[in-house]
Amino acid sequence: MSRKNVVVVGHGMVAHRFVEALRVRDEQNSWSVTVLGEEADAAYDRVGLSSYVGAWDRKELALAGNDYAADDLVDLRVGTRAVGIDRAARTVTTAGGDVLPYDSLVLATGSYPFVPPVPGHDLPGCFVYRTLDDLDGIRAAAERAKAAGLAGIVIGGGLLGLEAANALRLLGVTPHVVEYNNRLMPAQVDEGGGRVLDRLVTDLGLVTHTGVGTEKIEAGSEALQVTLSDGSVLEAGLVIFSAGIRPQDELARGAGLELGGRGGVLTDRTCRSTSDEAVYAIGECAAVEGTCYGLVAPGYSTAEVVADRLVGGTAEFPGADLSTKLKLLGVDVASFGDAHATTPGALEVVLSDSAKGTYAKLVVSDDAKTLLGGILVGDASAYGTLRPLVGRELPGDPATLISPVGEKPGVGALPDDAEVCSCNGVTKGAICGAISEGACDIAQIKSCTSAGTTCGGCLPSIKQLLAQSGVQMSKALCEHFEQSRAELFEIVQATGIRTFSALIAQYGTGHGCDICKPVVASILASTDSDHILHPKQAGLQDTNDHFLANIQKNGTYSVVPRMPGGECTPEQLIVIGEVARDFGLYVKMTGGQRVDLFGARVEQLPQIWKRLVDAGMESGQAYGKSLRTVKSCVGSTWCRYGVQDSVGMAVALELRYRGLRSPHKLKMGVSGCARECAEARGKDVGVIATENGWNLYVCGNGGQSPKHAQLLAGGLDDETLVRYIDRFLMFYIRTADRLQRTAPWLDALEGGLEHLKEVVCDDALGIADDLEAAMAKHVEGYKDEWAGVLEDPEKLARFVSFVNAPEQPDPTVRFDDSGPRKVPVLVGMPGIGPGTGA
Amino acid sequence: MTVIETHTVGGSTRDSVFDGRLEWTSACPLSHLIPGRGVAVLLRGGEQVALFLLDDGTLRAVGNFDPFGRAAVMSRGIVGDRGGEPTVASPLLKQVFSLDDGRCLDDPSVRLPVYEVRVWAGVVQIHSLVPRDQRHEGPTGEGS
Repeated sequence: MSRKNVVVVGHGMVAHRFVEALRVRDEQNSWSVTVLGEEADAAYDRVGLSSYVGAWDRKELALAGNDYAADDLVDLRVGTRAVGIDRAARTVTTAGGDVLPYDSLVLATGSYPFVPPVPGHDLPGCFVYRTLDDLDGIRAAAERAKAAGLAGIVIGGGLLGLEAANALRLLGVTPHVVEYNNRLMPAQVDEGGGRVLDRLVTDLGLVTHTGVGTEKIEAGSEALQVTLSDGSVLEAGLVIFSAGIRPQDELARGAGLELGGRGGVLTDRTCRSTSDEAVYAIGECAAVEGTCYGLVAPGYSTAEVVADRLVGGTAEFPGADLSTKLKLLGVDVASFGDAHATTPGALEVVLSDSAKGTYAKLVVSDDAKTLLGGILVGDASAYGTLRPLVGRELPGDPATLISPVGEKPGVGALPDDAEVCSCNGVTKGAICGAISEGACDIAQIKSCTSAGTTCGGCLPSIKQLLAQSGVQMSKALCEHFEQSRAELFEIVQATGIRTFSALIAQYGTGHGCDICKPVVASILASTDSDHILHPKQAGLQDTNDHFLANIQKNGTYSVVPRMPGGECTPEQLIVIGEVARDFGLYVKMTGGQRVDLFGARVEQLPQIWKRLVDAGMESGQAYGKSLRTVKSCVGSTWCRYGVQDSVGMAVALELRYRGLRSPHKLKMGVSGCARECAEARGKDVGVIATENGWNLYVCGNGGQSPKHAQLLAGGLDDETLVRYIDRFLMFYIRTADRLQRTAPWLDALEGGLEHLKEVVCDDALGIADDLEAAMAKHVEGYKDEWAGVLEDPEKLARFVSFVNAPEQPDPTVRFDDSGPRKVPVLVGMPGIGPGTGA
Repeated sequence: MTVIETHTVGGSTRDSVFDGRLEWTSACPLSHLIPGRGVAVLLRGGEQVALFLLDDGTLRAVGNFDPFGRAAVMSRGIVGDRGGEPTVASPLLKQVFSLDDGRCLDDPSVRLPVYEVRVWAGVVQIHSLVPRDQRHEGPTGEGS
């Protein structure tokens, strides 16, 4: 069978989703895909466009897998505009003159921003808010406006307008918002909600002008003069239009395809054009049965429908839930169902608290029994339980559902087919099913059902379901401690208990185990600077910490000296080489820019370390749940592209945090420019140089489930960078679970990245001084653990294979040197003792 | 092979320990052991034993050879308890074994040999399991 071609016009979020969905479903590889993207960037997170402000890093917004690099059947052409469709010949022509044949054509051209025909709308300094390029232009103009002390004007006070206003605020420019309707966000909220919202955003520094239009824009000598319909004139350095979007249907119009009443490619419920069976439309440019949807979730539905149809499926557009819940400028706004009470006979129940800045409205049926919709401003915490109740009988008096003291219905009151996670369409029944099949925490539910993986708004509901299903959300560390690691950390801090035996006697039961002992050892190490082999702690350490080396499969150990930032002197490298040669060690470079020496027996470790310490080296803590390495690229000192001294910063960070014990291993990276050669975004702490200072990324990791680190703060000077890392690390060390790396810790952290930013950057919990002091104590108390062993005969005496034969090497340790590299040889079972089954 | 007696009793080394006829091997003075921590002991004939002092002051000895990881490492495991039964966890793949009877609590088909321990004049001694006349030549007892 010959392969068919599908041409996709547009490469936004929905187009990307379509390509991914098709490639997953098309198991026979019967389609080859050509994607034409007009923008220079491949698909990026346009919904998160505002997060581009600050870091100014395009890669940050790129959607995962958007280059299809590993897929030969996808041909992505960015910066390529389609200019014509020949429906008879079934070809698409590009601006560059290429003619591409198709068997099916998928239009995913999205929308364009609507700019009202105000005189002067095209003057320099006027922008729209749609693409990364738009934001780059806004940034430059805003910086000039800031320098000149000028304000910025946003025309349109809807969702996007408030996003644009926030961007201006972040750029240091006072935003004025001009909205023709008598309230902000008229599509989502009513007058009462609008009043509360207006007040909340005014408190944040926005100046709002509602109920007025824009008459004209004129260029003054220094600034733009914007005349409003009430005659007032505003001066501004820039103007941003965000007065809505229109479907981008120019290409379809030119091809003679039938359009919807308000534009957009008219399609049936299968997203197929009503006038050409070879043409589909998805996303914002599609008028599915006449309706265009400007949200990404229905767009994704259309992408899935078409992908399914192309492989012979029968999917249909299921309709869309236009409910929204968002945080704009830190203000909660939610709107769901029939928010504007358009149903005949609908009743409204309103609770407005101007003092607290909250507004809540429920729309109910004329008998006050069925929930039809609602609006929440200032506090949208009830959204998770209210939205799935739309169209269903209310579990109680509507007023109590939104009253701050009322009995909340909880997710338990919902029927099984109610959608708890609307982003991924997961019902309460599906979540309960996962729980009954053994999922017993949020992470497992996320991975079995994908509920809660997008906006996270339903996580409180999932927690409730877990609690109600009888699943004990046990935080118990093990059978000996009912407490979680974080709680034990608090107990140790508050009580000053410094021994495991006292801790387990007072707060636990039994004698401990291989789970709780290393946890307590780590907590003790994080809170004081005692040597980890101090007699009171030695029995708690697992074998790696006990022998300050990494155990390998045959019971020998590997040795890793610290090389801060990957730096090493020739003399040290020579000593490492000599040690490896003299002790017959296998040498391998680690991923963290240092050298690993394998195959040392316990009694050899002190002799090896004597020579390394004498040469000025120290423990690399490769064996510990602790800081491993700070990887760096060579940075501005040598590299012609580097913009900052990444090696210098990496060395400084490694020397600061070396020896720091944590719930799991910690890795860091520092890159000297945006090329990111140190792969810092794959680390728990990633630092990337920009011309404006350091960007700090947190909570990434490689390994089994790789995660990119996320931007915590941008444009930092050295001092602020170190202060933020101090706070971040200590906050993690205090609150994470056992063996929980930073990425899952952040996933589980209530409030997520936003909350972390508040704690680290804004000191929202008031603990920043305390966290910094704890880190200062660590830095001051740091001593090299191996030097500490070498100077203590008591500790040295532990480094023997046999207590009764200290000089005797373990005869079961053997190696095979015959191959290309030295490898350990495991022994067969000794033929002794019962049950060994030789 | 050489097994070194690390202590003396009554001022004179007990020659009889060296002659290969006694079934008890001296490990170390009791005071050398850290509660909750193991040491490895090499018995005459090549058996390796993991010796532990528990928090309650009692001693346990099991085979040092980890049947899952196939390396002599059990003495380096973390000591604890499960439901009150004293245990040690393999430092390689973390299987937990009873220190009372040597059985693996995670896989009942596997068992570590258990050794008799005594304290003789302040010195911990371990009794061999393999009778002298059945010992193999090689130090590991695998006859390699």
